[in-house]
Amino acid sequence: MKNGTLKQILLLTDGCSNKGEDPSATAALAYQQGITVNVIGILDDDQTESPDGLQEVEDIALSGGGVSQIVYSESLSQTVQMVTKQAMTQTLQGFVNKELRQILGSNQSLENLDPEKRGEIMEVVEDLGETSDLEVLVLVDTSASMNRKLPTVKEALIDLSISLNSRIGRNRFSIYSFPGKRKDIQKVFDWSPRLDTISTVFPKLTSGGITPTGPAIREAMYQFGKKSLLRSFRYEDESGIEETGN
Amino acid sequence: MKMNPASKKQGIELRSGTTVRGKWHQNKYTIGRKLGAGAIGTVYLCEHNGKPAALKISEKGTSMTVEVNVLKSLKKVQGNHLGPSLLDVDDWMNPRGEVYSFYVMEYLNGETLPHFIKANDKDWLGVFMIQLLEDLDRLHQSGWIFGDLKPENLIILSPPPRIRWVDVGGTTKTGRAIKEYTEFYDRGYWGMGTRRAEPSYDLFAFVMVFLNIYYPNRFIKNGEPSEKLLFKKIDQVKDLYPYRTVLKKAVKGTYASSANMKRELITVLNVTKKRQNYHRTKKFPKTKLQLAEPGGIGILAVLYYLLSLLF
Repeated sequence: MKNGTLKQILLLTDGCSNKGEDPSATAALAYQQGITVNVIGILDDDQTESPDGLQEVEDIALSGGGVSQIVYSESLSQTVQMVTKQAMTQTLQGFVNKELRQILGSNQSLENLDPEKRGEIMEVVEDLGETSDLEVLVLVDTSASMNRKLPTVKEALIDLSISLNSRIGRNRFSIYSFPGKRKDIQKVFDWSPRLDTISTVFPKLTSGGITPTGPAIREAMYQFGKKSLLRSFRYEDESGIEETGN
Repeated sequence: MKMNPASKKQGIELRSGTTVRGKWHQNKYTIGRKLGAGAIGTVYLCEHNGKPAALKISEKGTSMTVEVNVLKSLKKVQGNHLGPSLLDVDDWMNPRGEVYSFYVMEYLNGETLPHFIKANDKDWLGVFMIQLLEDLDRLHQSGWIFGDLKPENLIILSPPPRIRWVDVGGTTKTGRAIKEYTEFYDRGYWGMGTRRAEPSYDLFAFVMVFLNIYYPNRFIKNGEPSEKLLFKKIDQVKDLYPYRTVLKKAVKGTYASSANMKRELITVLNVTKKRQNYHRTKKFPKTKLQLAEPGGIGILAVLYYLLSLLF
């Protein structure tokens, strides 16, 4: 089986959106086009409870077909790579479940199989996760409150690149921040197979309290479109995986 | 740490005395005390046909399936020391109708490595190092890398004292990306290499396992180059002094196989043992000499300095 490319948006934020369209709706739209949206909510180290705004984190990931997690910035590195990998498995599993339903009937899924068969199928899913190509667009909230967390974010992203580049499949990363100066998002780092070369410091922080999460996700979605316009004609599968006939 | 977000089920807590009956194989297990809880599930002591066993149960079906796959492959590796043997795999539906995955393994009852070393002679260090390298070599030869090597995943069974693996959930096929890791033991975290599964990945973690005995609270990156920091930490532990050259080479990723590292470790062990015995008899003159050398160099340095001032 030849593998296609998995596409993910990884949103890193510490608060609630307050401008523009509903981010969950935009995430759902992205998911429909084969882009998974993962969200990580970052807490301050002295925050004991997650603020109400972070409920949005879970909602966006749910409608974006992705994974969400709320963490303290100290454990960001491990979380970022776990979320990314978990989302890959989830996407691939969804794809396998769909196939299973086509073969075995409408209410069959992985959980309904006995442990032995499930094991064999998970082996295939793992193989796919290891060999699939992956494109991750990292979308970083750079509103004022994120200020202190940005060095940790940068470190976590470099760490993510170490993890993913240890796989057999190829990777491409890009980083955008939001809100941008005039646009909704601003390019920080263009598509590249590695992140360990980021020397770029995140652009100057916006002082205002504007967090246009919804519009930012929409713009991020278009970045995939721009880059892979040609390819999207070839890969028509909604989950972003190409399947060939053997 | 792992997340299965699709599931809204709560983590599982079983009361002692609960009976778990498998959905597929219909085996019955009576739950005893909790042995431990990790990111993927909770392990309980249980009883089946009057015999004790360890039962791991979790709502994270897929992660459990992946672990079971590893245990099954290790079964095929000859020699039964690699991890606990797998006894049963099944699903359980609780009275509320929620389905959990579980598997049952051999129950290993022993001491942790740090605890054992604290309570016994430090000569055991070398023994466990060799034992662990032997097991790693066997695992590596069969195409697997342990991955998440840390004291929590090791246990000392005795008598005779033997180091064994209790959790092999992170075991990854050679050449792939390491599945699970813990930052302190991960060379990627220290910037000392990739997270590709290869023997040298385990050998780095191996060093950190033995360092952890002496730094129970672990330590983190401090901006100083990692190699320098780790070397310093090794040098500061007196008990590790005989092994330091081998440990440092493992940190640098010099060894392509555990067998190589084991061979050098044995050589070093034999040499130090001889030297220790030698020192015991001729201790006095040696210390004098040790002082004489830097002292002499110091005097020479001062002389040269004074001369350079003159001209």
